[in-house]
Parts: sequence; C-alpha cells; structure tokens
Amino acid sequence: MVNNVSTFGRSGVHDYLLVRASAIILALYTFYVLGFIAFNEITYLSWSGFYSYLPTQIFSLLALLALLVHAWIGLWQVLTDYVKPTGLRLGLQYLLNIVAFVYVAAGILIIWGL
Amino acid sequence: MNVEFSVYRYNPSVDAKPYMKVYQLDVPEGSDMMVLDALTLLKEQDSGLAFRRSCREGVCGSDGINMNGKNGLACITPLSDLLSAGKIVIRPLPGLPVVRDLVVDMSQFYDNYARIKPFLISDGELPPAREHLQSPEEREKIDGMYECILCACCSTSCPSFWWNPEKFVGPAGLLAAYRWLADSRDTATDERLSELDDAFSVFRCHGIMNCVSVCPKGLNPTKAIGHIKSMLVKRAV
Repeated sequence: MVNNVSTFGRSGVHDYLLVRASAIILALYTFYVLGFIAFNEITYLSWSGFYSYLPTQIFSLLALLALLVHAWIGLWQVLTDYVKPTGLRLGLQYLLNIVAFVYVAAGILIIWGL
Repeated sequence: MNVEFSVYRYNPSVDAKPYMKVYQLDVPEGSDMMVLDALTLLKEQDSGLAFRRSCREGVCGSDGINMNGKNGLACITPLSDLLSAGKIVIRPLPGLPVVRDLVVDMSQFYDNYARIKPFLISDGELPPAREHLQSPEEREKIDGMYECILCACCSTSCPSFWWNPEKFVGPAGLLAAYRWLADSRDTATDERLSELDDAFSVFRCHGIMNCVSVCPKGLNPTKAIGHIKSMLVKRAV
C-alpha cells in the first residue's frame, strides 16, 4: 500500500469518487449554460437575469466548488506523474491550488454580488 | 526483397550512449518470416547484437520488444505487419533499464508481480477432501487472466507505469491480482484489496488501454483493473 497526504481525498477510492462526482456536476453545468446560450438572445439584461436567478446562482456555486475539487485531485495526479523533485512539485501544487481557490472566490463574489 | 532495419544498440561497458544501427537484410520473396527470425539472421551479420528469446512461438514471453513504436513479441510478429512503414525500427521495451541492446532489466516488473502475492491463499476453512474443486462457472471467472505470460509488453507501454513504476502495480500485475481476487478458492480477498487500496497502486490507471492494444495474448488488463476498482469502491462505501 502506498501512502500520500497531498491529494484532496482521504484515499484512492475517495479521490476516484470525488473526481467522477465533480465531473458529472461540471458536465451538467456546461449543458445548463450552453442551453441558455442556445435558446435565448444574449443581452446584458437576459444574461444578468439568468445569473440573478437563484437556481443558477446555487448551481454556479456548486460548479465552482466541483471545479476546485476536480482541479485539486487532477493536478495532483498530473504533478505526481511528471514533476519528480518533491520541493518543486509541492511548490507547484501549492500555487495551482491557490489559483483554483482564487477562481472559486472570484466566482462567488461575482455571482452573489450581481 | 531488401529490408532495412534500424536497431537500438547499447553496451554500457563500451558505449557512452545508446545509438541506432542500420542493417540490411535480404528477405526471400514470399517468405513472411517473423521479426525473431530476422533478428537471428541479423545476429549472424553482427554477433554482438543481444536479445532474449526462448520458445520462439509466443508462449514463453521472453522476446518482448518495441517494433515500429509498438510493443509485441518478436516471434509472432510477421515482417509484413511492419513493412508498410518502409523500414523496421526495433527498440527494447520502453521504461525499463537497458542491460544491453534489446535486453532490459525486468526486476521492477517482477517486484510488482511479487507484490500482489501471485499464489493461492487459503485459510483452511474450506478444506478440500481430496482436491480443491471449482464449478465450471467458478472456473470461467479466471478466463482471460490466467493466460498471461508476463512478457511485460503491457506494463512497458503504460505511461502510468513509466512515471511511477515503484508505486503503480501496472497492467500485468493488476491482471494477475484480479486473477486471484476472482478465484473462488482464494480466501484473502480483503487482505489483497487492502494492499491495493491507495491512490497509486490501482487508481493510477486512467483507462487509456495501451495494455489492451499491445497484449500479444489478446487479454484485457483494463477490464480486470475496472473490476478491481469496483471491488475497492463497493468495499469502501
């Protein structure tokens, strides 16, 4: 058995399920937004109306959190594959996770600040 | 018909670094010889060329090499499969240290095989009166896994094995692991799964199926790995 502490989930199974669960949310959210774009005329009013609609706001928050989890685990997997020096790998993971968190924070402020 | 071969050569005690050596071989028209036969003829030209071989009929798994970029057994790969590319490029299996020319050091591969305990573990609760019987249905469950000849073509075509060979078991080892997990006579299912229950040993497989595409025996390690993942998930949730 191989131990690790730098990924998001508590175990390999946990990571595996979280990646899939978050992928489903991200896929559904993509269809949701694309559906809106496809069937509505895009104006400032329609767009801000769409994003001030409570279900859209909650779904967007859910998608942002799913993105954080998905990116954390996925980037951890990519980095442990390709970056072998431990210090560099941990440094990159630290920075990339901060970037992913910044996206979540910015998204929340934008959506709920409308 | 003249066929050009480009063969990976490296003798660590003499060469500073590996190089590709070009050979010309006159292949009689209509004789669709196997790559191993061609290598044997090349060795007559150049006795220093080193490669492994034994049964020469796809049973022993000794002559796994990389031919025109794809792993396979030299003894059951006809030249006609490779000639569409013009010349034939032959390299050792990727991802393992080269001992010399086409001979690789398989220690890591065997270590990973040993790690999954490739033998029957029985707690004696179901003691066989005379022999350990299985029904035909139980026996069928290990079809497609027991046939593995450990040639290493699959594991050495797997990027997850290249990047983390000491942590990810690799397709060959996991195919063997599932062979024992699926065996009705084995009672160590839980211990076996506990040994594999981490983020690397099984879950580094992302299902790209290089293993399936190269297996000279037509086996499907990705499917076996999928079964192990399901068993791990069912046990955990």
